[in-house]
Amino acid sequence: MTNATTSGAPMVHADRVSKSFGSNEVLKSISLSVPQGEVMCLVGPSGSGKSTFLRCINHLENVDAGRLSVDGVLVGYEERGDKLYELKPREAARQRRDIGMVFQRFNLFPHMTALENIIEAPIRVNRVKKDAAMAKGRELLAQVGLAEKEDAYPAHLSGGQQQRVAIARALAMEPKLMLFDEPTSALDPELVGEVLDVMKGLAESGMTMIVVTHEMGFAREVADQLVFMDGGVVVESGDPDEVLGNPQHERTRAFLSKVL
Amino acid sequence: MAAARSDRSATPAQVSPNGVDQAEAIKAIRLRHPWRNVIAVILVAMLVLFLVDASQREAYGWANFGKYIFDQRISQAAGYTLLLTVYSMVIAIILGVTLAVMRLSDNPVVKGIAWLYLWVFRGTPVYVQLVFWGLFATIYSTIDVGIPFTEPWLSFETSDLISVFWLAVIGLALNESAYMAEIVRAGILSVDKGQDEAATALGMSWMQTMTRVVIPQAMRIIIPPTGNEVISMLKTTSLVTAIPFSLELYGRSRDISVVIFDPIPLLLVASAWYLLFTSILMVGQYFLEKRFSRGVGQARPEKAGTETGAISVKTGVITTPGEASDSSTDPSGKEHR
Ligand SMILES: Nc1ncnc2c1ncn2[C@@H]1O[C@H](COP(=O)(O)OP(=O)(O)O)[C@@H](O)[C@H]1O
Ligand SMILES: [Mg+2]
Repeated sequence: MTNATTSGAPMVHADRVSKSFGSNEVLKSISLSVPQGEVMCLVGPSGSGKSTFLRCINHLENVDAGRLSVDGVLVGYEERGDKLYELKPREAARQRRDIGMVFQRFNLFPHMTALENIIEAPIRVNRVKKDAAMAKGRELLAQVGLAEKEDAYPAHLSGGQQQRVAIARALAMEPKLMLFDEPTSALDPELVGEVLDVMKGLAESGMTMIVVTHEMGFAREVADQLVFMDGGVVVESGDPDEVLGNPQHERTRAFLSKVL
Repeated sequence: MAAARSDRSATPAQVSPNGVDQAEAIKAIRLRHPWRNVIAVILVAMLVLFLVDASQREAYGWANFGKYIFDQRISQAAGYTLLLTVYSMVIAIILGVTLAVMRLSDNPVVKGIAWLYLWVFRGTPVYVQLVFWGLFATIYSTIDVGIPFTEPWLSFETSDLISVFWLAVIGLALNESAYMAEIVRAGILSVDKGQDEAATALGMSWMQTMTRVVIPQAMRIIIPPTGNEVISMLKTTSLVTAIPFSLELYGRSRDISVVIFDPIPLLLVASAWYLLFTSILMVGQYFLEKRFSRGVGQARPEKAGTETGAISVKTGVITTPGEASDSSTDPSGKEHR
């Protein structure tokens, strides 16, 4: 599953990244680093900029300041000489292909079956042959425990099943990095476990992952690094057991007392 | 359910034979509506009177109606009416999609031009527009190909290049495209933004996202009002006499009536044909609306008995059209023109 890349270099590296919407500064000089093959959990209160940060990583948003790179390549810009050039849409799309994203509200394509959802991008974007894409798609459905559901439309799947299809859809592009934006927040409590299990399996297989979540149990068990964000800044980060067990900042404590 | 029943059987004393304790059905005297009946009788009587009178009235010229209803010139004219409808709707839909996409563009100039187009074509009567198209060859007597303000390479007589029929098609299509643009725009806006985002995040281009993800979902919103537009267009074709193009139903029956000095039966002939076509289209429209008002997406009932099939779908991810972020334009509720 893991792509052999330049070892040592972090998969995601953010160096004083800032982002504003109008006068609202949503990300304030964020610096962090996710090594290849590791899992980072990003936690924090609503509105603290977690989603925006994920969206910057796959260039659904532009960063205003600082440097953000994935696998050693600058996101959204090209550096030539001492100037930065904005990427053409086609080049930006090429960068996104290698980054899988899973959304809170699944965002499966409702007019396509589970299997069609999965093979759409490999066929259209990566020009994979249909047969090969379908074989791979079935394999992925089996991996997320939904081999039986390839012909089901999203409306006929439970939330947990939809989210697992969404994960399979992202994996079909063979990404080197997976971003999860509150993947279980829209699920009924009894369906959370099945999605987290799939994510655990993925982490064990060596996938580099950034997971925005309120599931502290998952963070403690799976994350190599836990980052607490509030008001657009990284308040605290480190080993999950450390941060959760012995938070150093008042804001972290206040937040954790609400979610734990 | 089963649990409730077994609870009941624990106290068998009050249970009736079918297992449910039922009250006696109400046998009340039905409330009478005397005025309703009176009004109905009056209305029916008036209608019958009118029909009897109409069937005997000279001026309707039923003999001529019978003579011309299946006249070959009339059925050919009906063919022209259908051609005008089909060609102008096809062009209007293509142009309408283009204009809708232009209106949703980030480029203010592109957006502005689309807005200007809609402003002009929705802000003037279609009849007046058609008269203008009729004068097209007068306004632009030649069409020149070349570099502006230099001697043209090629020069065509406009009247040789575009027939009156095509002027009629263009006139109808350009007017209609302004309305189609609003319908398509409402359809595109009805698709959840998350769909766009998911497609983009998968590396799909704007064009792929539009054609594979957004438009297929927008269709559910776009198709029913488009059916209405077709019906409306069929009737609007009668205005192309303004061009003047007169080989379609209304123009043709007018021309015949001038020759035989009997306008009324031919108006009835034309009306009968219009009614036939609109009735067929309305039946089609009925089924279209039934088809497209169904539940969510293009979901089909899944084969029963698979896995934990009973898990609820109430986490409802798929947005319904009503959730459109910008639903200021109601495609069906447009003003009359
Ligand atoms: N597209 C946008 N335009 C304007 N403001 C935005 C946009 N996206 C997010 N924001 C603002 O950025 C802030 C952070 O949002 P978000 O990244 O979604 O936070 P989180 O995911 O941590 O809840 C919020 O105040 C939100 O209103
Ligand atoms: Mg968020």
